[in-house]
Amino acid sequence: MPRKQECIAMLLAGGQGSRLGILTKNIAKPAVPYGGKYRIIDFPLSNCVNSGIYTVGVLTQYQPLELNDYIGNGQPWDLDRAEGGVHVLPPYQQIKGSEWYKGTANAIYQNIQFIDRYSPEYVAILSGDHIYKMDYDKMLTYHKKKGADCTIACIEVPWEEASRFGLMFTDETGRITQFEEKPKNPKSNKASMGVYMFTWSKLKKYLIEDEADPNSSNDFGKNVIPKMHEAGEKMYAYEFDGYWKDVGTIDSLWEANLDLLNPKVNIDLDDSSWKIYSKNFAAPPHYVSAEAKVENSLVAAGCEIDGELDYSILFSNVTVEKGASVKYSIIMPGAVIKEGAVVQYSIVAENAVIESGAVVGEKPENMKDLSEWGVAVVGAGITIGKNVYVPPKAMIDEDMKGGN
Amino acid sequence: MRAKNILGIIFSNMYDDCLHELTALRTMASVPFGGRYRLIDFHLSNMVNCGIDRVGVVTKGNYRSLMDHLGNGKPWDLSRKRDGLFLLPPFNSDNSSMRRSRMDSLISILPFIESTDDEFVIMTDCNVVCSMDYSELIDFHLKSCADVTICCKRGCRPELQDIMTFETDENGRVEKLAISPKLLSECLYSLNIILMRKSVLERLIAEAVSLNYTKFTRDILQRNVDTLNIYAYEYKGFSRTIDSLKSYYDISLELLDRENRKQLFRGDRPVYTKVRDDMPAIYGINCKATNSLIADGCHIEGEVENCILFRGARVGKNAVVKNSIIMQGTIISEGAVLNHVITDKNVTVTQGKNISGAESYPIYIGKGIRI
Repeated sequence: MPRKQECIAMLLAGGQGSRLGILTKNIAKPAVPYGGKYRIIDFPLSNCVNSGIYTVGVLTQYQPLELNDYIGNGQPWDLDRAEGGVHVLPPYQQIKGSEWYKGTANAIYQNIQFIDRYSPEYVAILSGDHIYKMDYDKMLTYHKKKGADCTIACIEVPWEEASRFGLMFTDETGRITQFEEKPKNPKSNKASMGVYMFTWSKLKKYLIEDEADPNSSNDFGKNVIPKMHEAGEKMYAYEFDGYWKDVGTIDSLWEANLDLLNPKVNIDLDDSSWKIYSKNFAAPPHYVSAEAKVENSLVAAGCEIDGELDYSILFSNVTVEKGASVKYSIIMPGAVIKEGAVVQYSIVAENAVIESGAVVGEKPENMKDLSEWGVAVVGAGITIGKNVYVPPKAMIDEDMKGGN
Repeated sequence: MRAKNILGIIFSNMYDDCLHELTALRTMASVPFGGRYRLIDFHLSNMVNCGIDRVGVVTKGNYRSLMDHLGNGKPWDLSRKRDGLFLLPPFNSDNSSMRRSRMDSLISILPFIESTDDEFVIMTDCNVVCSMDYSELIDFHLKSCADVTICCKRGCRPELQDIMTFETDENGRVEKLAISPKLLSECLYSLNIILMRKSVLERLIAEAVSLNYTKFTRDILQRNVDTLNIYAYEYKGFSRTIDSLKSYYDISLELLDRENRKQLFRGDRPVYTKVRDDMPAIYGINCKATNSLIADGCHIEGEVENCILFRGARVGKNAVVKNSIIMQGTIISEGAVLNHVITDKNVTVTQGKNISGAESYPIYIGKGIRI
């Protein structure tokens, strides 16, 4: 048996992220690229390692191929360990039959055996959908100090957005008194971040009960947490004040990327005491030519830039040819923006090719009706032909043949 | 041919003296190059890219930085149960001086060479920058039935002591081998990448020990031109030999040429190096960067032109950096002006300083210096 661990983490990475459309056609949401060289899952994995949690189970279900390949043996995050390390946990066949992960709680339920191998006191349940840097060890200390059964990390969100979140009310000690799931008229703005710390013995009991309940949808937010609260378990809110962003939609993914260029936004990826690790690919430093004009941008290794770049994020090995212009856009690895093409307010996925003269996306100020505006997305490997116009909000999943 | 049965040997300290500024604190192998690499990366990558999976790195002195860089060899996929990376530091079994010539080194690592069951050996130094497909070299070696094949390049010979130049017949067989001749014209000079059968090397080393030979080039190769089949393999791709600080500077800036980069950084033969997990480079508002190679982790707020910026370099507002090589962690503060400068790691140039060398004589600023 493996050695006992005080705390292990379970990372829910099976979600499809359907609101990301074609970006998650072939990859799970946690594998979606972010910030020039990362993938979303780098954030929870790096947080675990930086917090001293070296045993992490990653629960996968939807399109796991790329994610499995990316995680590998966990070496990029120092999670290739003799004891613990990272384990990819897909659903598996059991003697009573086989089933998919029915919900977040069921996914953990199906892996009770995995968790019990380490006989942990505490289990952190994390989601692979958010960009944030957080010390789970501080949260664990808080959890222990309060003698809590469950601690939920929460963050104050703007009131106008509060209705999109699961909200909490607390008393003066931080104990949670009431939950509200996406209410129309929010009375609290403390939103759950999808980061939970449980005392394992308690959680295990509730997971088994939840599984036995045929009416349950086996979800943490909908079923397990309210059940524990009704039963009067000690549930505390752990307040986090840092950058935290759900990147579940095209717009929020686009925004979260451009947040990296905003000096007022508090997400420093350059902090050597809290590095975000990722799998690195061998590429030389990027090159900006004599004709290039680069401002307010993030550029990864291997790029070749001859064109113009403003308020944009370039992932590795992107080519921006002469006279091409990229503004307010996210260009994922290996994409090519050919001569004279214009890419604005767009996300261009991996290895897409924008032929010369094509125009992708639109400035919001050029729109007569702003509700028609949105970020344009070009799918992975897609070619946008010469002089083709890709309107705002479009999601291009098939090659578009160009004129001359 | 893939090179499963080839042992790689890299000499990390050869020609340290010609670049004494940069090698005062490190080996030639660990001299930073090209924005994110160390010179040894090119040779390790050449080896692993052609399938060599057992590499010995011979060190002499100042090899702390090299050990730090190589670690367990993981970045080159050389952290293995079988084979992998072997550091071969000197040990004091005999009265060998710290000079440790190529011959001394080979004698002292003979047990290591003998311990492998590889059929061939490739030996390289670190002051040559190239991305070479060794399988072509191996094919040439086998086809010519050579005992020894030495990679070489046609051009003006580098200003190095002990550099071999060749005259060959039409098949490449070396007929005349000169050592550092006075030559003004172009010649065929050695890149010091040498391939031979391991048994041949072992025999030559044994002979050198018994006859008290001291020079590999003079006593082993030159002396045996008539008795051994020594072939020169002319390499026509991008390769540059560093022989001085000036040539280091020039060769670095040659990477700003797209054609050179295409030959050195090929998609099918990546150059691997130690990972630092820096974020991508950040360009600020009103910055200006042209004709430069810029690594991850750089912050650019000022002006950069014709430069190589290593990982984590900072160029502050209104600073102007031109024709310079700025190594890892260097900070150029607001309003500073640099032209024709090489800054070693972690240099700080404070506000408003103006440092200027000449194209023919770049100024070198040592590691960690604050100006």
